Amino acid sequence: MSVGIIILVLLVLSALGYFLGRRRALALAVESGRRLHSLPGYYGQTVALFIAVPAFLLLIAWLFIQPAIVGARVNGMIPDSVIPAGGARSLVISDVRRIADGLDAVLARNVLDEAALTDGRIDFSTVRDRLAGVGIALGNDVPNEVFEAAKVYRQGDKIGTIAMTIAVLALSAGFGAWSFTRIRPDMRARNISESFIKSLLIGSSTVAILTTIGIVASLVFESITFFRMYPASEFFFSTVWNPQFRGGSELGILPLLWGTLYISLVALLLAVPIGLLIAIYLSEYAGKSVRSFAKPAIEVLAGIPSIVYGLFALITVGPFLRDWFAQPLGLGNSSSSVLTAGIVMGIMIIPFVSSLSDDIINAVPQALRDGSYGLGATQSETIKQVILPAALPGIVGAILLAASRAIGETMIVVLGAGAAAKLDLNPFEAMTTVTVKIVSQLTGDTEFASPETLVAFALGLTLFVFTLGLNVLALYIVRKYREQYE
Amino acid sequence: MTDVSVVAERGKVSQPKSILAIDARTRRRHAAEARFRLMGKIAVAISILALVGLLASILTNGLTSFRQTYVTLDIYLDPAKLDKQGNRDPEAIAKITTFAYAPLIQKALTDAMAAKGIAVEGVNAKRAVELISKEAPATLRQYVISDPAVIGETISFDLLASGRIDGYYKGRVTKESAQLDRNISPEQLLLADELKQAGLLATRFNWDFFTAPDASDTRPEAAGLGVAVLGSAYMMLIVLVLSLPLGVAASIYLEEFAPQNRFTDLIEVNIANLAAVPSIVFGILGLAVFINFAGLPQSAPVVGGLVLTLMTLPTIIIATRAALKAVPRSIRDAALGVGASKMQSVFHHVLPLAMPGILTGTIIGLAHALGETAPLLLIGMVAFVRDYPAGPPEGFFDPASALPVQVYSWTQRGDPAFVERASGAIIVLLVFLVAMNLTAIILRRRFERRW
Repeated sequence: MSVGIIILVLLVLSALGYFLGRRRALALAVESGRRLHSLPGYYGQTVALFIAVPAFLLLIAWLFIQPAIVGARVNGMIPDSVIPAGGARSLVISDVRRIADGLDAVLARNVLDEAALTDGRIDFSTVRDRLAGVGIALGNDVPNEVFEAAKVYRQGDKIGTIAMTIAVLALSAGFGAWSFTRIRPDMRARNISESFIKSLLIGSSTVAILTTIGIVASLVFESITFFRMYPASEFFFSTVWNPQFRGGSELGILPLLWGTLYISLVALLLAVPIGLLIAIYLSEYAGKSVRSFAKPAIEVLAGIPSIVYGLFALITVGPFLRDWFAQPLGLGNSSSSVLTAGIVMGIMIIPFVSSLSDDIINAVPQALRDGSYGLGATQSETIKQVILPAALPGIVGAILLAASRAIGETMIVVLGAGAAAKLDLNPFEAMTTVTVKIVSQLTGDTEFASPETLVAFALGLTLFVFTLGLNVLALYIVRKYREQYE
Repeated sequence: MTDVSVVAERGKVSQPKSILAIDARTRRRHAAEARFRLMGKIAVAISILALVGLLASILTNGLTSFRQTYVTLDIYLDPAKLDKQGNRDPEAIAKITTFAYAPLIQKALTDAMAAKGIAVEGVNAKRAVELISKEAPATLRQYVISDPAVIGETISFDLLASGRIDGYYKGRVTKESAQLDRNISPEQLLLADELKQAGLLATRFNWDFFTAPDASDTRPEAAGLGVAVLGSAYMMLIVLVLSLPLGVAASIYLEEFAPQNRFTDLIEVNIANLAAVPSIVFGILGLAVFINFAGLPQSAPVVGGLVLTLMTLPTIIIATRAALKAVPRSIRDAALGVGASKMQSVFHHVLPLAMPGILTGTIIGLAHALGETAPLLLIGMVAFVRDYPAGPPEGFFDPASALPVQVYSWTQRGDPAFVERASGAIIVLLVFLVAMNLTAIILRRRFERRW
């Protein structure tokens, strides 16, 4: 039974459980002549929850664990001799998966029957053509062990799905029956269903923790695998980034970090003064009409997805900078450059800086302004000498947050900064960043066990640590130096 | 002597003067004030200019992709070529490749040109047919396979013109640039003009752009957004179904039930940090956990939907908590006072009152997820997908593309016509985003209550 149908069945069962539970509670109340402890709906709710929730949880867990178990079994079946020299185990495993899927397609077309496949009358050579017929083309060097493994994989998958269906439905029926027979007029149904719901609420809020654990675990484990293959000292201190997919690559992070920081610096140099001035102007000077027009316009800038900025960098800003500045000045002739990515990224984070600073400036109490005006200061003097110093910790926090966003930004640099990893000062030169390299190392047909692919996880970990560090620092500064106004 | 000089000095420093005359120092301070104010104005102007420039660049580049040049031809579907046995056996017809259809188009074009008396020197029949997209024989074949009964009839078709001809009518290709182009000659452009005058060639609205699947590198004219729109829609469905209940449940717990303890702090810190994690890191999470560990298929909307759900959750939780916080204490107290349980007061009173705020936050979160590209690149959604995914729920596991990813993959292609397509796709994406944000604003204006 497919997952969709199981879900549907569970929903129907729990709806049924609700009505049956409610009816039983009412019937028992009449029979025994006692008042129900809770509203009748709560009895139904208890039954419905017990039918649906444990079964759903089992279903989700099963969907995650089954492929891992079947994969491990198949993995054990493939001897090292089968793996082609220089190739990776993961490639063979993906072949196994493809053959298994192909076998299903072949069977669906009725050119082969199940029995023939299981009793071993058909060997791999006859199946190869049929697999090609359903669009699974295989190389000639796929050995028989792989085919056998594919059969086991398919079998495991099928048995697993049947077992899952039975287990899930049995669990839901079991819990349903148990909670149904438990119904008594004096059962505290509301309390039971409320604590059930409360535990669901707690469960949902732990998703955030699970996500963090997932991120950290996946980054750390794959990075450890990477550092076993490639020395960490070279990764962190080498100035050359030159991946070779035949091995012997040099994977130094320094040029990437340099590109990232350089582009972010350009972006911040543009965004921080402009964003700050916008926040000051809109909160201190602008009249109502200007504010009602300019504020939403700048917020629109914040709502535009980064791919749009990326395209803008690629087709407008890049060629413009090349034709009007880089080429006449003889500084380069690449349309993707540090300046292109930096300027466009700066535009993207202007609204981020301005809205954060806006909140901070508005939080400075009016009494401080009035005091300054009373001493005869002009408005700009008040802003520069009273409001900004008072808001400084918050503004520094906002700048750090903007920096963390600039460092983690991907699409603008993928489309605007170029792919050449170099340590250079010329802002019209194409450079590359950590995020660009994560994308380029992980997209396309790459084998998963090579250092060239796994380096992306080490890059991701560096990025994660960097942005997390900036955020924590921002929070710390805001907490530590914030003025508390009563 | 000294006295005089002291008096003179003093006179200089504190010259008696009218308070109506402004002294130099005040003037300087006022000038500084005006300068500062001007800088603020300039900053606002720069950001608005940037917005206008951005939109103008995308619109001027992309609006043309909604129009497409077609060549209208009456094509005789020759039975001798398409159905040699003459029994209209669908299997036999399906075996005939596009190579059999190309001559039919060439013949139809030659005939049409002869009938209208069009001939351009230097363009023979073979060069003339290059005006028509290489996709046209495939379109024709698809039409015949879907209804073999049409073989033997003469049917009028609107065939896509090739990318260069289309570009000629959109100003991307000129006679000068054609001189240098291997794929088109100025004579062919002349022929296109003649065909246009004869009414065989026309540029009109391009529905296929919204419905057709992606096309290969050499056929930008046939590339459409169909698979990408469907993939994005599937992902948004998954994000909505998962993140709204999860996010609301988590916010209710944190806002209404959570005790002040370490565990609650841990959750809060996690949510705040997740909101600031770069989106590409979520892509790495999806690749490592959903694809490599759990064995879900690459390029599938289900993986994209799960990754985007995790990414959107913090946004939704933050918005929902704000909405719950805005419901005044008195509502809860009143419910508790008349005997409701804590859970009842939340679900019967607080939650419905907070709903507009929650929905607004959810829609804005969804809009963010719709435009997100980077994590989807890592889970394989850049793959070239021509087949539409099946209907849900099986379709969630089929390979598909997504709107922003389609934009990215079009920018990676050589033909400049794909830049137009990419900008057109951006316009479609922005229209969706504007619609979603407007819905959010209307929801907020209509239903939000202030206490």
